Amino acid sequence: MYQEILKKYEPTKDNLIYILHDIQDNDPQHYVSESAVQSVSEYLRIPVNHIYGVLTFYTMYSTTPRGKNVIRLCESPPCYLRGSDNILAKLKNTLGIKTGETTSDGLFTLELCACLGLCGNAPVMMINDDFYGDLTDDKIDQIIHNIREAK
Amino acid sequence: MNKMINLMIDGIDVKVSQDTSIIEAASSVGIKIPSLCYHQDLLPSAGCGICVVEIEGQPLPKRACCTPVYEGMKVKTNSIELRSLRKMLLEMILADHYVDCPTCISNNKCDLQDLAYIMGVKTEENAPLQTRKPIDESSVSIIRDPNKCINCGRCVTVCNDIQTVYALTTVHRGFESEINTPFSKGMAESTCINCGQCVVFCPTAALTEKTHTEQVWNELLNPAKHLVIQAAPAVRATLGEEFGMEEGSLSVGKMYAAFRKLGFNAVFDTNFTADLTIMEEGTEFVNRFTSGGTLPLITSCSPGWIKFMETFYPDLADNVSTCKSPQQMFGALVKTYYAENKNVNPKDIVSVSIMPCTAKKFEANRPEMQDSGYKDVDYVLTTREIARMIKEAGIDFAKLEDEKADDLMGIYTGAATIFGATGGVMEAALRSAYYLITKENLPSPEIKAVRGMEGIKEAIVDVKGTKVKIAVAHSLGKARELMDRIRQQIQETGKSDYHFIEVMACPGGCVGGGGQPFQSNLAARARRGEALYKEDSELELRLSHENPAVVEVYEKFLKAPGSEIAHKLLHTNYFKRDIMSGDIIEEATHKH
Repeated sequence: MYQEILKKYEPTKDNLIYILHDIQDNDPQHYVSESAVQSVSEYLRIPVNHIYGVLTFYTMYSTTPRGKNVIRLCESPPCYLRGSDNILAKLKNTLGIKTGETTSDGLFTLELCACLGLCGNAPVMMINDDFYGDLTDDKIDQIIHNIREAK
Repeated sequence: MNKMINLMIDGIDVKVSQDTSIIEAASSVGIKIPSLCYHQDLLPSAGCGICVVEIEGQPLPKRACCTPVYEGMKVKTNSIELRSLRKMLLEMILADHYVDCPTCISNNKCDLQDLAYIMGVKTEENAPLQTRKPIDESSVSIIRDPNKCINCGRCVTVCNDIQTVYALTTVHRGFESEINTPFSKGMAESTCINCGQCVVFCPTAALTEKTHTEQVWNELLNPAKHLVIQAAPAVRATLGEEFGMEEGSLSVGKMYAAFRKLGFNAVFDTNFTADLTIMEEGTEFVNRFTSGGTLPLITSCSPGWIKFMETFYPDLADNVSTCKSPQQMFGALVKTYYAENKNVNPKDIVSVSIMPCTAKKFEANRPEMQDSGYKDVDYVLTTREIARMIKEAGIDFAKLEDEKADDLMGIYTGAATIFGATGGVMEAALRSAYYLITKENLPSPEIKAVRGMEGIKEAIVDVKGTKVKIAVAHSLGKARELMDRIRQQIQETGKSDYHFIEVMACPGGCVGGGGQPFQSNLAARARRGEALYKEDSELELRLSHENPAVVEVYEKFLKAPGSEIAHKLLHTNYFKRDIMSGDIIEEATHKH
C-alpha cells in the first residue's frame, strides 16, 4: 500500500526524510505506522531501528495514530513570553485532553513544537498545514468551534 | 604505508601513524586519558566528553577519542580547567544515573563507579534528576535498565556496526534521548538475537543477563532433586578471571571442584557433546559432500547465529546443520542416557548448564528443545552468574584442589575444547571428517589457517586429493558478509563454491561470549582462545572420533551417527522469523 509513494523516489538513503513525510501526510491518522517503516526499510535498505531513530528524533513525525487535526502549539521563548502557557491551558481545557493525546472523537491531537518562525504573531500554533497567530482564549474557542462545525 | 606523525603529549614525544586519535596516541606511551564511552575496539561515539584534552593553539578543549593527531600537535591531558570540566560532566552523568552500587550486578566492575571514585565525585551533591523508567525484562536472556544507562552508545555501536543485528538504537532527542528498541517494544519483540555483546560492552549495568541463580540455588538446596551440571568449553578459560586470575588461565580441575562444593550431583563438561556434535555434524557433512547434498554446510552451535539466520537468512536454513548445539545435545542425553544408566528418574533431574553465552538461555527455552520428554536444559547460567554463586558459597576458588569430572559423560578431547574459540568447531570437524572420508587421521591435527582473530578466515583443505573449501566467520557482521557472498553465488551460478562454514555470533567465538566476564576486549578474547589451544595441544585425546565415552554412547544408546534415535535427540529444525519482531512465522526446515 506504500508502493505508490515509494516509487516516486529513488531508493537512496537521502530520500528517507521526504518519504517519511509523504507517508505521514497521506495517512488519514497523520502518522508513520510500523508496516510503513518496514516497507521503507526494505525499499531503502535501511534497518528498521535506524528509521525509528529518525522518526523519534524529529518532533514533526509521529509513530502513533493522531487525530484528523494535529494542533502544534509553539513552546519557544517568544511565544511563552506572550502567554503560550495560558493558550496551552485553554486548549487542554477546551479539548479535554493532555499534551500528546487525541480527543476521543479522533478530531484533535494536541502537541507542542519548537519555533514556527512567526514570532511577530506570538503566540502561534499550527493546525495541520495552517498557521494561527496572535492567539487568545476567544480565538481558540472560535477556531475549535469552526473545525468541529466543518466536520 | 601510513604516514607517521610526531606530536607531544604531556611533554612526551609520541610517534604514531596518521589517523590515530589522541586517546590512542596517549595510550601508546602509557598515558591513560580518563574516558567513559570510549572503547578501544569500537568506533568512538564521542558521547560522554570525559576524555577532553587541551591542544596548544586551540581555544577550546577537544575530545581525545575522536580528534586525530597532526604533525607538531602539543597536547595537555591534565589541568585545573580540564579537571573541573571532567568533574562537571561526570556529575551530570551521575545525576541522571540510578545509583544503587552495593546491590548492583556491576558493582566493582563498573566504569562509571571507577571514574567517580578516582575523580572524587560525590553523588549526594547532585540531586538525581531522573524519574524512574520501566525496566525491560521482556527477553529471556537480557535485561535492559534504562535508569542505569548513560547513553554512551557502546551497545548501539556493537549491535549495529559489529553484529549488524539492528535491535538497539538511540531514540528521541535532547534530555529525552535514550537507547531503545524499534517502537520501544522491548528486547523480546525486536530483532535481538540475545548474543549479549551489548552486555559485555556496557560500562554500567544498563544491560545485564537475566539471572537465574535464585532458581538454581533453590534446586540445589532441595534434597529431592538430582542436579547435573555441564560447563561449556570456553568457561574453563574465563572463570578464573572472576577470581583474580590472569586472562587465559585455565581452571578445569578447580571448576569441577567448585561445582561439587556447590552441591551438584554430577559434574560434566559440554565438551563431551561437543565431540558428539562433531560425530553427527561430521557425518552430516560427509554425507552431503559425497552424495551431492546442500552445500555449504554451516555450523549450528551458536544460538545467536541461529536466530540471526532465522531472521535475516531463512533462505539458507537448509544449509545449516540440523545438529543441535552441544548444550542441547547434552540436555537431551542427561534425561535419557544418563538417567537410564544412573537409575535416576528423569523428572527428578535438574539439568544446569554454565555457558559463556546469554543466547543459550533463549536456546534452552525454545519450545522444541524437549526431545527427552522434559525440558532438556532447565537452567542456563553465564560464567558471571556461576562465579557469583561460587563466591556466595564462600568457596576460595584459587585454593581448590583439582578434581575430575564424573564418568559416563565426562571424557572429552582437545577437539571439543577448541569449540570455545573462533575456528575451533571447523578444526575439530575437519579432524574427524578427514577420518570419516579417508579412514585415516590427518598427518597433524592442527589446522592453523582457521585460527586467529581475522574476521573471515578461508582455507582449502586437501582431503587426499579432494579440495574442501572452508570459511570461518566470527561476529555477525562478518557472518552477514559471508552469507551475502554465498547468496550472491547461489543467485548467479546456482551454487556456492564453499563446502563447509563455521559461524560464531560473538567476536572471538565463545571465549568472547555475552556471558563472559565484563569488559572483554578483543585482545583479551584472543588470549582466552590461546588457553584453549594450549589445553588441546596438551591432551592425549585430540580427535572427537577417538573419544571412548562417545564410542560408548553410540554402542550402548545411540547406535550410529545419524541413526533414528540420534536424529530424535540430537537434531533439530529451524524457523523463519519476522524481521520486525523476531516472532516465528513458519517452519523453515522440517525435523526428519
